[in-house]
Amino acid sequence: MKTLKKIAVIHKECVACGSCLKGCPRNAVAIYKGSIAVVDGAKCVGCGKCAQACPANSITLAEVAIV
Amino acid sequence: MKKKRWYDYLWMASAVYLTLGLFNILFAWLGLICFIVPLMIALIGGSKAYCNNYCGRGQLFELLGGRIGLSRKKNPATFLRSAWFRYGFLTFFMTMFFLMIDSTYLVFAGADLKQAVTLLWVFKLPWQWAHTAMVSPWIAQFAFGFYGVMLTSTMLGILTMILFKPRSWCVYCPMGTMTQGICKLKNRKEAASNGRKSQKNCGVA
Ligand code: SF4
Ligand code: SF4
Ligand code: SF4
Repeated sequence: MKTLKKIAVIHKECVACGSCLKGCPRNAVAIYKGSIAVVDGAKCVGCGKCAQACPANSITLAEVAIV
Repeated sequence: MKKKRWYDYLWMASAVYLTLGLFNILFAWLGLICFIVPLMIALIGGSKAYCNNYCGRGQLFELLGGRIGLSRKKNPATFLRSAWFRYGFLTFFMTMFFLMIDSTYLVFAGADLKQAVTLLWVFKLPWQWAHTAMVSPWIAQFAFGFYGVMLTSTMLGILTMILFKPRSWCVYCPMGTMTQGICKLKNRKEAASNGRKSQKNCGVA
């Protein structure tokens, strides 16, 4: 059965500053090779704290299907 | 709450640095650490660990704008986040930086020391109280120039911290743009050479 889950999605405008790392309660964000932030969808709970902190407005929350 | 680590307090080093410079301009030289370390980490390690963990200035903006509440916490203007502005500002910043190095060279070559700190590349603040007699004039000239660069970027950072989100300066900070650019280039090269290697392994090339 499929259920929907809200997770953070990173867009290409990311400047890899790391502001989103600090507030994440689940340690679900990492910076991939100094280039862009990446979210571990399994850990993310969609709280949106990272999006609030992001100065580049490069995080949105989206619903994804999990099986 | 996440456990604090030693590097979470580096904002203090940033605050102390800016204050020390007011008392003795020669402390400005210490700011070179904030130029060399991130570049080395990006060039050698291919990461932005400096921005992500060790930058005292980013932490200071986070503290002032976040916990102290000086920021409006609005998304920065769209142009600030655009690639042309970020790379354009980096180019402008580096041009002004090299002009500052050129003035240092001129003093080294015999020109008179200018006891002034330039703010926002235009306003020259007289800085006559600085005690620079113990060093060569070019060492003092670099300190005046570099302190101007650090104060200017701090002022812009504070302004954008107040107007937008706490770390909005990080969107167009020349060091951040440069280190991200280096990391992207390095990754592209590595990916290309890994691609070539795997092609060889497949017997394609
Ligand atoms: S939405 Fe919440 S849990 Fe998910 S990455 Fe952002 S801060 Fe972490
Ligand atoms: S805060 Fe935004 S710009 Fe900075 S690393 Fe995270 S997603 Fe990227
Ligand atoms: S972008 Fe600039 S101010 Fe922000 S963390 Fe990196 S070096 Fe520091």
